[in-house]
Amino acid sequence: MNKFWIVLSHTYISKLKTKSFIITTVIMMALVLILSNMTNILKAFGSDEQEQVAVIDQTGDHLFDSYKAEVEAVNDEITIIASQDEGNVEKKVTDEEIRGYLLLEKDVNYGLKGTYKANQISDSLISNDLFLALSHLKSKRTASELNLTDQQIVQLNTPPAYETIALAENAKSEEDLNQARGLVYVLLFVIYFGVLMYATMIAMEVATEKTSRVMEILISSVSPITQMFAKILGVALLSLTQMILFFGVGYVSIKRNLTDMNEGFFAIFGFGNTNISTIIYAIIFAMLGYLLYATLAACLGSVVSKIEDVQQMISPMTMLVVIAFLIAMFGLGNPSASYITITSFIPFFSPMIMFLRVGMLNVPFWEIAISIGLLIATIILLGIVGARIYRGGVLMYGSSKSLKSIKSALQLSKKK
Amino acid sequence: MALQIKGVTKKFGEFTAVNNLNFTIPEKEMFGFLGGNGAGKTTTFRMILGLLDPTEGEIVWNGNKIDYASSSLIGYLPEERGLYPKLKVRDQIVYLARLRGMNKGKALKELEYWLDRFKVPEYIDKRVEELSKGNQQKIQLIASMIHKPELLILDEPFSGLDPVNVEMLKDAVIDLRDSGTTIVFSSHRMEHVEEMCEHLCIMHKGSPVVEGKLKEIKRSFGKKNVSIRADFDLSFLDSYPGVTKVKTTMEGKILQVTGEDVAASIIRDLVPKGFVRKFELEEPSLTDIFIEKVGAAYE
Ligand SMILES: Nc1ncnc2c1ncn2[C@@H]1O[C@H](COP(=O)(O)OP(=O)(O)OP(=O)(O)O)[C@@H](O)[C@H]1O
Ligand SMILES: [Mg+2]
Repeated sequence: MNKFWIVLSHTYISKLKTKSFIITTVIMMALVLILSNMTNILKAFGSDEQEQVAVIDQTGDHLFDSYKAEVEAVNDEITIIASQDEGNVEKKVTDEEIRGYLLLEKDVNYGLKGTYKANQISDSLISNDLFLALSHLKSKRTASELNLTDQQIVQLNTPPAYETIALAENAKSEEDLNQARGLVYVLLFVIYFGVLMYATMIAMEVATEKTSRVMEILISSVSPITQMFAKILGVALLSLTQMILFFGVGYVSIKRNLTDMNEGFFAIFGFGNTNISTIIYAIIFAMLGYLLYATLAACLGSVVSKIEDVQQMISPMTMLVVIAFLIAMFGLGNPSASYITITSFIPFFSPMIMFLRVGMLNVPFWEIAISIGLLIATIILLGIVGARIYRGGVLMYGSSKSLKSIKSALQLSKKK
Repeated sequence: MALQIKGVTKKFGEFTAVNNLNFTIPEKEMFGFLGGNGAGKTTTFRMILGLLDPTEGEIVWNGNKIDYASSSLIGYLPEERGLYPKLKVRDQIVYLARLRGMNKGKALKELEYWLDRFKVPEYIDKRVEELSKGNQQKIQLIASMIHKPELLILDEPFSGLDPVNVEMLKDAVIDLRDSGTTIVFSSHRMEHVEEMCEHLCIMHKGSPVVEGKLKEIKRSFGKKNVSIRADFDLSFLDSYPGVTKVKTTMEGKILQVTGEDVAASIIRDLVPKGFVRKFELEEPSLTDIFIEKVGAAYE
């Protein structure tokens, strides 16, 4: 057990100190920062300068100041300037000194009337905001004319309750489904990349030890099983470190922009009110998927004799991960399809596909339990066979043709 | 107690790499393993260490099978040298020593001692890939014996070193033996085994052809060497009864004779013929024995 920790901490620390690890971590963290600040960044790029709009108040009620306040409340990037001379502002607009101007008048039918003139009306964003501000202004004026109390105003402005409910039993409501889809999509990506990246890292690590021939010393002092699982957990710890960094950075910066997030385009991803159980299942399935593929990767890494052969050797494993991911992607649109249900029990696919189902549907617990049970059983089986392949593989320095070398590795570690 | 190899055979498929090996390696001694390429030395070592399982027979150290529980008592220098190329010598040795049950502080102190002794203290902060092959070998030898194992297995420890380094490493290994470590090593250099080992084994194609105490092997070999220099023609010795081999050098002849009695009769015949500058009776060298035994097995 003691040696287990020595190998584990050695794997963890020596990987942590490598340049490539530090560089990728920093780059990924920067990416996360950029993504989570997307709305701010878009804003920053979208309008460096304030948009100026002139308002000509012809109501005679001195509405300019209150209107200005309403506009600023709606969109603080629009600057309102007062003006009286329509000919003058029109020239300013054609000269593109200001964006446009609004003529504010009284109207018998509507109470207030606004006329927005600009070079191009396709610029609907500003126009919309001006209209919105005008509506607010009108409501307030009307309310005060009618002598309404604050409470009455609130009542007037509260929209009706509206909800959609799916009748099928294991379906989530439409709103839930859309939100879940976004989250599941992102988490599937995380599982996919995580499993692929860290399993490859394991294969490389084992192959490096083998090709540098330090392996023979190692297996003469630490049993292959201990070594293999210590390495796998060491890299798992490394991945956790990385994930915590990414999610930590993401969380902090999302928290800071939370107001934008709820409305902004992040709402589609369901980040606003994330489903805790989905995230917990994501962690469980990511871990189990990693364990399964990492064990496979360690065996494959142990039979190559040249570091260049690693990619070729692990390509069947990579294919499995990619296939699982593709099935999951197809299933995102129709998670209750029968091929999804079936593959969610097959160990090499289940980490992604059972997760997809759990995230999108209300799957009965026993199904989840069976899938996880099968997955764990496969991991244990693969661990036992894997340790034997590993033990034989590290003494083999021939050509590395996947199946054949796995067979001879098993033979080499056989008792009699 | 000792290291006992009992009826060990190893087959790779149909091929027999080691065939019925039977002997005991005494404790606190140095034991030499000789044999041509592919004789089965490395395979035997791997079986001793438990990296390969014998097809038949068993190997015990002080009554027990060697397994990972005893790894702090065992040291191993594999034939294929290799360390982590990117790791510093310090991190490397400390890691390997900890896997052999040493603590970090002790390992560092020992490492410093050995680097000093091998006259390369500046390597402690170098990465292994920066060192020359021979210097990497020093580091690796340190890795195999830093924890003062009870049993040390060295697979061709002195190959690829310059003579100064060979002496330095040999001294280190001899010191270790004197402090009580049992050492088994393989070599292609007869003189190393001759110089350092009390017991030895010569293997050929998986089978032991000679095994036992060096002195007894030499004695029971029977044949001796006679080297002669004289002022007269020595060609009559080429067909002398009891002479099995003749080698003519610039100055005289070196004969292999079947026994001391033959040497005595030669000297009696030489003296009347003239002035004999040199007459020396020598023990056979291990090289002679090796060539004769392994050569005979080839035929
Ligand atoms: N994994 C293996 N599979 C099949 N044959 C093997 C394997 N390992 C060794 N052999 C065979 O066993 C024989 C003995 O090999 P071994 O490495 O023990 O020789 P050796 O005495 O160490 O030789 P050398 O002096 O060249 O190092 C060789 O013929 C070798 O081809
Ligand atoms: Mg060898």
